[in-house]
Amino acid sequence: MAVRAGRGDRVTRLVVAGYGPAAQRLVETLRERRFGGEIVVLGEESRPAYDRVALTTHLTEGADLAYPVPEGVTTRLGARVVSVDREARAVLVEDGRREPYDVLVLATGSAPFVPPVPGAGLAFVYRTIDDLEAIRAAARGARTGVVVGGGLLGLEAADALRGLGLETSIVEVAPRLMPRQVDEGGGAVLKAHIEALGLAVHAGEMLERIEPGRVVLAGGRELAADVVVFSAGVRPRDELARGCGLEVGERGGIVTDAGMRTSDPAIYAIGECALVGGTVYGLVGPCFTMAEVAADRIMSGGAEFGGAETSTKLKLLGVEVAQFGAMTGALDVVYMDPVAGIYKRLFVSDDAATLLGGICVGDASPYTALKGFVGKALPAAPSDLLFAGSGVALDLPDEASVCSCNNVSAGTIRSAIAERGLTEVAGIKACTRAGATCGSCVPMLRQLLERSGVEVGKALCEHFAHSRAELFDIVRVRGIATFSELVSAHGRGRGCDICKPVVASILASLRGEHVLSGELAALQDTNDHFLANIQKNGTYSVVPRIPGGELTPERLIVIGEVARDFGLYTKITGGQRIDLFGARVEQLPLIWKRLVEAGFESGHAYGKSLRTVKSCVGSTWCRYGVQDSVGLAIALELRYRGLRAPHKLKSAVSGCARECAEARGKDFGIIATEQGWNLYVGGNGGFRPRHADLLVADVSTEELVRVIDRFLMFYIATADRLQRTSAWLESLEGGLEYLRQVVVEDSLGICAELEARMERHVAGYFDEWRAVLDDPDKLRRFTSFVNAPGVPDPSIAFETEREQIKPVLIPLEVSSR
Amino acid sequence: MNPSPSATLTWTPVCRVADLLPERGACALVGGRQVALFRDHTGHLHALDNLDPFSGAHVLSRGIVGSRGGEPTVASPMHKQVFSLRTGACLDDPAVTVATYRVRARHGVVEVAV
Repeated sequence: MAVRAGRGDRVTRLVVAGYGPAAQRLVETLRERRFGGEIVVLGEESRPAYDRVALTTHLTEGADLAYPVPEGVTTRLGARVVSVDREARAVLVEDGRREPYDVLVLATGSAPFVPPVPGAGLAFVYRTIDDLEAIRAAARGARTGVVVGGGLLGLEAADALRGLGLETSIVEVAPRLMPRQVDEGGGAVLKAHIEALGLAVHAGEMLERIEPGRVVLAGGRELAADVVVFSAGVRPRDELARGCGLEVGERGGIVTDAGMRTSDPAIYAIGECALVGGTVYGLVGPCFTMAEVAADRIMSGGAEFGGAETSTKLKLLGVEVAQFGAMTGALDVVYMDPVAGIYKRLFVSDDAATLLGGICVGDASPYTALKGFVGKALPAAPSDLLFAGSGVALDLPDEASVCSCNNVSAGTIRSAIAERGLTEVAGIKACTRAGATCGSCVPMLRQLLERSGVEVGKALCEHFAHSRAELFDIVRVRGIATFSELVSAHGRGRGCDICKPVVASILASLRGEHVLSGELAALQDTNDHFLANIQKNGTYSVVPRIPGGELTPERLIVIGEVARDFGLYTKITGGQRIDLFGARVEQLPLIWKRLVEAGFESGHAYGKSLRTVKSCVGSTWCRYGVQDSVGLAIALELRYRGLRAPHKLKSAVSGCARECAEARGKDFGIIATEQGWNLYVGGNGGFRPRHADLLVADVSTEELVRVIDRFLMFYIATADRLQRTSAWLESLEGGLEYLRQVVVEDSLGICAELEARMERHVAGYFDEWRAVLDDPDKLRRFTSFVNAPGVPDPSIAFETEREQIKPVLIPLEVSSR
Repeated sequence: MNPSPSATLTWTPVCRVADLLPERGACALVGGRQVALFRDHTGHLHALDNLDPFSGAHVLSRGIVGSRGGEPTVASPMHKQVFSLRTGACLDDPAVTVATYRVRARHGVVEVAV
């Protein structure tokens, strides 16, 4: 598997020391570019690389931060490299193993700086998931906390301590918080924000020592502190480089050239351990760029790291803080509103023509609008630019950087939109990586889409200029009951396979009539039309509902008998049910009749509707279970069965944190806790897997059901066509926090209406199969031939495979693509 | 597009017009051929071969009926390719056309000539 790396070099074995975000990006880039050699990644931590930028969410929301483990790469965890033998080209791992290399990449990151004060051993640091776990454990039973360091990470750590319920103080040696991002005026506004949240700020104070239960400041002042966290900067982890004689900087950091190569040409250094162009970078964006440059060099390219902008925008403790470009200038314009807690300052050249930089606290909108104009002519009068909503329309220059994390320019995004016909932010993320890391540039991406003339994901098809959500509102507000009424008043033409099922779904969600009633029948996709799932040979499969996956032996036998009597291929589904394949249209009612008589009903496997609520075995039988997951799964499946939605809905309930039901891969998943239930939303398996996010924790069953009712009805009212909850959640401006405000705190005042809508659904539920059996008009449509009702379709044929039927397909005369 | 008008046509009655739901297809078996029948919203009748040339399954009668531009259409229920109800031409792939058949309504009865 050797690959020729060009210029006669042959890289057959690449070893990466360190397994953090930079290493992850390096390996991903190499894999994308089809690096053919062997890749070995040695990580010191016990877990694969994860997103450190979002560390706090792990603590406060239990967010899963892990990056996907790249394929075709050997990763060793808990494998700290202790030395490098440059002569023999091998590294020595702590466990005694030697790993030979042709090329070595040092991606060892940095270590938190621990000030040399008495009692420092009592304090924690804030860098790894293990650090967070230790802080969490220490916070149990603790009352007070102190964070030493008021920079970006320090405020994050303070936020985390506050989230753990500690009365928290921040000690910062500089005269203000975030001294590297804000000036004195911004610092004062920021301090007011932070103090209003109940945190104590001690700026301009030096730590003297730590004692059990308290810290002592230089002036002798004491602060109560059951938990102390250091966040006083980081130092590059360059000890491996020092040990093997590579050149390091005076103040630390492994010296590299612009190609990220160290003083040994077989060794590269990337990320926070590297000193490139005289600077050590601590932000994720430049570290990703370094990884991409090194990957290019390893593949014999000529990429160079040309420095990086270090602008920052973040929302900490609910306060937006942003800084871009220079923090000084010949002239500056300041807007300050101490009442609203807003401070904005722009630096411009002495002729007031060129923008040099800016600082924002409390309102970061100038960052979004103006970052791309740094070093360029001011697009409007500075005072206009500082007032949000002054209506100044700005067109970013092509070379302006939009996404700092992944170094993507406005021009790159514009060409991606034009060349690939992108219509939504998700597409930009997938094609360019912009917005895929910290997400702060997503509003800019939306703006670029709009300015490119894209009506962002709006018109449904040629028949309606509306989005699905708009059609939902039109139907709801005007009480529209039929497609004809809607298309003649609000659309044009006679509809198509896109808009008809959408309208069918909206009418079903709002009115709850049988999907085959009257004109509705003509709107349904074939699956809904035949209440079964079409298969490749034109036959259908039948899935009876098995709530929660619980099934009596008697009913199991009935399914077996039906399958045997109709000769159906039988398979267990991923949703804990049984799928029966190979039924012809005219057989469907006969099969349903047998199933319905035995107490079964439609499982809606064919609908864009609730599929199943899976469950683990739960506390009734499992020795680990803490709640009755099966009982809850059955109750939820019976509550939401038949609910039509923009796309299918899947759910699961796990009876303990071991999560055997895989609830976090579901649209709404529930995991039992000692105190109640945790509700996770927006999970997905399939093409683009996503772990669900924690929406509410430790709630009672009653509260859980109330929040799910609201969540589902809000999704149904506002999502796009065929948009699963995962993509919907990501498209919501304000994301999870916004969702929580709407469905938990009722910020829009719509929760009573959402709940009432769900109550109507639950009360109006009926079994669609039985309703067809009871209605001769509907029943008549279940024939293969309108002129020969008893005749089966002669084109359908089967052969046998593993003792069951398998479709025989007709060889095609016309083949396309 | 239609069979030569000079040939003698044999009309086969297949069902009542009322048996066809507006904007929804049905299939008739005529002389061993599967004919997909459609009644559009104006009341016009259309007949196409029921074989979906993309999937090889006899399913076109089960597609969603609609319009593209001014053209009445049906979308294959299998992979959603759209066909003209008038000409049988696939509007998503100009290389593909399905056969059309003559169809008429006489005294409330649908008749097909294959």
